[in-house]
Amino acid sequence: MALAYQLGLKRSVASAGGHASIRHLHSLPSYYGAYAALWCGLPALLVLGFWTAFEGNIVTSVLIGYLPEAVQQTDPQRLNLILNDIKNLAGGNIVSANVDPAMQQAAASYQDLLSISAAAKTVVVLALGILGTLWAWKRISPKFRARNAVEKTVNIFLIVCSSIAILTTLGIVLSVLFESIRFFGKVPFMDFVFGLEWSPQTSIRADQVGSTGAFGAIPLFAGTLLIALIAMIVAVPIGLMSAIFMAEYAGPKFRAVAKPVLEVLAGVPTVVYGFFAALTVAPLFRDLGDAMGLAVSSESALAAGAVMGIMIIPFISSLSDDVINAVPQSMRDGSYALGATKSETVRRVIIPAALPGIVGGILLAVSRAIGETMIVVMAAGLSANLTANPLEAVTTVTVQIVTLLVGDQEFDSAKTLAAFALGLMLFVVTLVLNIIALRVVRKYREQYE
Amino acid sequence: MEQTMNMSKTTAEPAFDVNSSALADRRVDGTVGKIRVDNPRMSTTDVDVYYGDKHAIQNVSLDIGQNEVVAMIGPSGCGKSTFLRCLNRMNDTVAGCKVTGTLLLDKEDIYDPKIDVVPLRVRVGMVFQKPNPFPKSIYENVAYGPRIHGLITSNADLDEIVETSLKKAGLWEEVKDRMDQPGTGLSGGQQQRLCIARTIAVSPEVILMDEPCSALDPIATAKIEELIDELREQFTIAIVTHSMQQAARVSQRTAYFHLGKLVEVGETNQIFTAPKHKLTEDYITGRFG
Repeated sequence: MALAYQLGLKRSVASAGGHASIRHLHSLPSYYGAYAALWCGLPALLVLGFWTAFEGNIVTSVLIGYLPEAVQQTDPQRLNLILNDIKNLAGGNIVSANVDPAMQQAAASYQDLLSISAAAKTVVVLALGILGTLWAWKRISPKFRARNAVEKTVNIFLIVCSSIAILTTLGIVLSVLFESIRFFGKVPFMDFVFGLEWSPQTSIRADQVGSTGAFGAIPLFAGTLLIALIAMIVAVPIGLMSAIFMAEYAGPKFRAVAKPVLEVLAGVPTVVYGFFAALTVAPLFRDLGDAMGLAVSSESALAAGAVMGIMIIPFISSLSDDVINAVPQSMRDGSYALGATKSETVRRVIIPAALPGIVGGILLAVSRAIGETMIVVMAAGLSANLTANPLEAVTTVTVQIVTLLVGDQEFDSAKTLAAFALGLMLFVVTLVLNIIALRVVRKYREQYE
Repeated sequence: MEQTMNMSKTTAEPAFDVNSSALADRRVDGTVGKIRVDNPRMSTTDVDVYYGDKHAIQNVSLDIGQNEVVAMIGPSGCGKSTFLRCLNRMNDTVAGCKVTGTLLLDKEDIYDPKIDVVPLRVRVGMVFQKPNPFPKSIYENVAYGPRIHGLITSNADLDEIVETSLKKAGLWEEVKDRMDQPGTGLSGGQQQRLCIARTIAVSPEVILMDEPCSALDPIATAKIEELIDELREQFTIAIVTHSMQQAARVSQRTAYFHLGKLVEVGETNQIFTAPKHKLTEDYITGRFG
């Protein structure tokens, strides 16, 4: 490709009649180089990609043709086993069945096929590269619009990249949606959304002792909201106050040190917060409760919520700090010029002006709190209590998804599928919150522009 | 060749210096014209302002008289806005800004450590270059000042202050039916008059205006100028402007600033018809600036 680039570049310069008359070219010489390089590389890479992707299937189907009639007639699963044996034999690995001459032969032909394919691949790719370069070489002339062609290619590349992210999201949403629909085929939608009891254990065999399973999501969402609420009670005042201090009162030196330190909080892995919550904070709360004569469970919503609140502080403080700084200096000047003090200005002008942005930040933090898993897994417990008492153990949607899918699972029981339904509900809730947050933030932006 | 050039340079230099505006500037020790008035509201003596190492204003002495409009003109960066912002200590919010000299408001030193800047700014209000209404309703914008200073005891009082302030600012007729709409939704000229109403609402003694019309169209500008003329009866006004026509129209006295110095000050008529200083003459006739 580098060679093709040089060729294209030289060719364009030559076709223009030397370096002195480059301006007769439609585009800069480097664009002609890039054009040639693209023609050299892209078709060859595409073919290489497809070849590698489909090589296995094609070789296998050809191999099946080589096998004896009797083997070809067996059922697909058995055939697969035999094919695997052949491939292992060819690769020199351990084989399950006894090796008979027919298999030896098949293995040998499999190896042949593979080497032929590899050789053909090399030849085709090289040929395409050279052909592409030649094609580009032929097209390069002073009037040829190389820049437009190159930019169009880059454009397409960018579109492909961005659609990968979008398609992946779409795929995830659809798969969760379809699994949820399967789940709702087993458990009625209303029972799930409004059921008050959560106990996903179902018996696998009819004669087994065990619960029949109850899939009421209310206790989970109640637990989630309880913990998120505690987290917000901790995070919003602290985050907001620290943002106001950072933005309005702190000197530049203090700010330069304190802001990054605060943002380090956001970089601490949630697992670390989790064991901090489970090993330090939860026992602390329990001991405190004992001292005051309160029965605090050693896995309490309070501990999980408090630690989650600390985790969220940097979100709120950093976002609020940004919106407070975005309030134009002229607002402050206007207020000071009317004889307002600093605190009056902050309270009556800056906070109201920044409020939509602050609310947006808080909503983003809430959806983060709802989606948080690790801290609650470790500190809040697993029992699905429907309670508003923060001193008891509760469980959240994310924790239940984890416990439903961890370990050996069958993939078509209501228990496993419930995880998808929970995921879908959670996704909808956080999506709605995010949409509201983005709306609010956008409305705020329009105010000064 | 080179030698002759050098020679001509050395011989030419003194003559060049004598006529250059730079030297003329250096020769001026102090200010041409009448810096004092009989009934000063604000009086400044030997004011120097530094932004860090930069000496932004040098040795400015100027009186602003009772019920008069003083216009400050001069090329960009000459320090006229800086001087204006000294008069109600708005420069306090600028990091690294240092002000020396004497600045008196009714014979009180406003940079005295005993003086609280908050009541000072109530007495010396300011209107900015760009209209900066708060993102609140029109009513709340005007009510802001009286509210924070506890000037009112009842809602009826507040309504009255808001109404009279808006009337004085010539905005009442246009906004009386939509007092609860955001102030940011008004047109530029209306916003600026809202800002003036906001300033009037706390009944200041002096109003400082920093290029109040530079962001406005000619019609809005004319309205503001008319307003300034009316406000003069009640307030003392100092206005910074880039428009010499505006200075001529609204002010009684005009001060010409150049490179951080107050070059000339005098009756507006005299400044624009018979400037005494060469720099002033050059500026108002458009020879530089």
